[in-house]
Amino acid sequence: MPQGEYLGMTLTVLDLDNENLAYFQHCADHEFHLQQCVNPECGLIRYPPGTACPWCSGREFNWVPVDARGTVHSYGEVHHAIQPAFRERAPYMILLVELDTQSGVPTEHEALRVAGNLVDADGNFAKPDLVKQVGIGSRMRMVFTDVADGLAMPHWTLDEEADQPESPWRYPQEVNGV
Amino acid sequence: MTTDIDTTADKYLRDKYAIIGIGETTYTRGSGMTTRGLGTWAIKNAMDDAGIPASEIDGMMSYSGNDSTASPMLAGDLGIRLNFYMDVQGGGSSSEALIGLAIGAIEAGMCETVVVFRSMNGYSQVRIGGTGARASVPVGGDALHSAAYGWFSAGQNFSPTFMRHMYDYGTTPEQVAMVKVIHSEHASNNPKAYYKQRVTVEDVVNSRMICKPLHLLDCCVETDNATALIITSVDKAYDYKNTPARILGVAGRVCKPRIDMHFQHGPISTVAGYYIKDLIYRNAGLGPEDIQCTGAYDAFTFTSMLQLEDYGFCEKGEGGDYVSSGIMRLGGERPNNTSGGHLCEGYTHGMNMIIENVRQLRGEVDDYCPTDANGSKQHTFNYAEPSQGGGCRQVPDVTITQNLGWAMPGTGSSLIMRQG
Repeated sequence: MPQGEYLGMTLTVLDLDNENLAYFQHCADHEFHLQQCVNPECGLIRYPPGTACPWCSGREFNWVPVDARGTVHSYGEVHHAIQPAFRERAPYMILLVELDTQSGVPTEHEALRVAGNLVDADGNFAKPDLVKQVGIGSRMRMVFTDVADGLAMPHWTLDEEADQPESPWRYPQEVNGV
Repeated sequence: MTTDIDTTADKYLRDKYAIIGIGETTYTRGSGMTTRGLGTWAIKNAMDDAGIPASEIDGMMSYSGNDSTASPMLAGDLGIRLNFYMDVQGGGSSSEALIGLAIGAIEAGMCETVVVFRSMNGYSQVRIGGTGARASVPVGGDALHSAAYGWFSAGQNFSPTFMRHMYDYGTTPEQVAMVKVIHSEHASNNPKAYYKQRVTVEDVVNSRMICKPLHLLDCCVETDNATALIITSVDKAYDYKNTPARILGVAGRVCKPRIDMHFQHGPISTVAGYYIKDLIYRNAGLGPEDIQCTGAYDAFTFTSMLQLEDYGFCEKGEGGDYVSSGIMRLGGERPNNTSGGHLCEGYTHGMNMIIENVRQLRGEVDDYCPTDANGSKQHTFNYAEPSQGGGCRQVPDVTITQNLGWAMPGTGSSLIMRQG
């Protein structure tokens, strides 16, 4: 049972939780895999890990490698943290990154939108000056933070190789210089 | 799917049930009693309001997040023998859903008259935001994709929805702040409100940032309180003290696709109201243009705005204009949350907004206006602060109200009532 201390929390993947076990084992290998429906008339990839296909209800799937790059679709920026270990990291960003893979499929508003915190290239929580550089439209790539055997957390960092928008959309009011 | 429902058929029970009693405790911080004590206090007040004895109540329902006391305890304390009870998990948007289920239980012959209550020490015991007892819960399963990212409290969870609305439609912090400004005006005329102080747009946007785009004053108050409603069929409803508030339609816990991670299905700035409107207006046989007073759940300023927009009170994307236009102010075309709501009166997971609309329909809102010799309110319709000669919060000639209950962007409930 993968289990580890992470930012003051005990993260646990239960032995019966087959989908999350596989998802986080891939993350621990620093690879991003998602489930792909094997129904030949469907074949869609899904997130988060689940026990059936949201489009065709099929229960059979394969884990497939997915290019872990995309664009910030929206975000939250926490200034008043609740969990104690997050307080010293505030302000921190919660990013929803829309993957390039399967964007606008099967309908124009659907996409794989994968959550994570904003971190620097080394996987450390972003400092305030980096937070200010990221907004809707920023191009991101995934990095992993190791937690335990079989468990790493996927996060997002600015994609150094991508063309970044000149000014990604940020919340219009910057309070107290943050 | 809903387009095939013929809501003119008798089975939809339009106008056949009513709320006959309402009760609440004080809205406070530090109740000094258990949720059992608070719950019996609110239910007793609802019984006194209706003039109904314990012997004529035989059903009880409640909801909580393991922070309340179950129905059998309260019923026992109050001498109510139950033919039916059901205590469910849930927070916001449960009130309207349980009213619908109470109607179903009565219709099925399981009982005749049902109390629905919510009792919570939301400040002094279990705080909604996950502070206190809830902050140290081990993280596993689905929470590995949310709480592990410090994405935990309601405000944190909802923020990507709110931010995307600003991005998509140019909604400004100042527009949304008007929700708090207007609700604070209403609360100033409410002797029960926890926060009675009127605030300005500047007060809201200059208050400290909690989680963008939410300043402190964009967030609701946390309080200790209990609230109760009594529901029965129309053939009995007129046997009691007050004019019944008749139920025209109800929708309960209507969901967007995949609410555990609803962001997969956009537009993410669309909320459950988009789906609810097709059910509730068909069930009630009317449309948003017929609603004279709304109770749009204000866990945050943004939640009122997003719901009003997706139910069709304005065009999609124009919620910022709607909430800042003055329409939803007392004296405006369609006042919202005339008690001050969750932002100002107290936090009850939606119950107090239903209670307020029942009072509006009776014409008996408990404001600062004088009472005549018969105990009836003599409303002045002067909505200025009490110190300025105002103090009223009764909407004139209101006959149809709607509650817009919110659990999260992906889930909501609704209730439409008319004057009995």
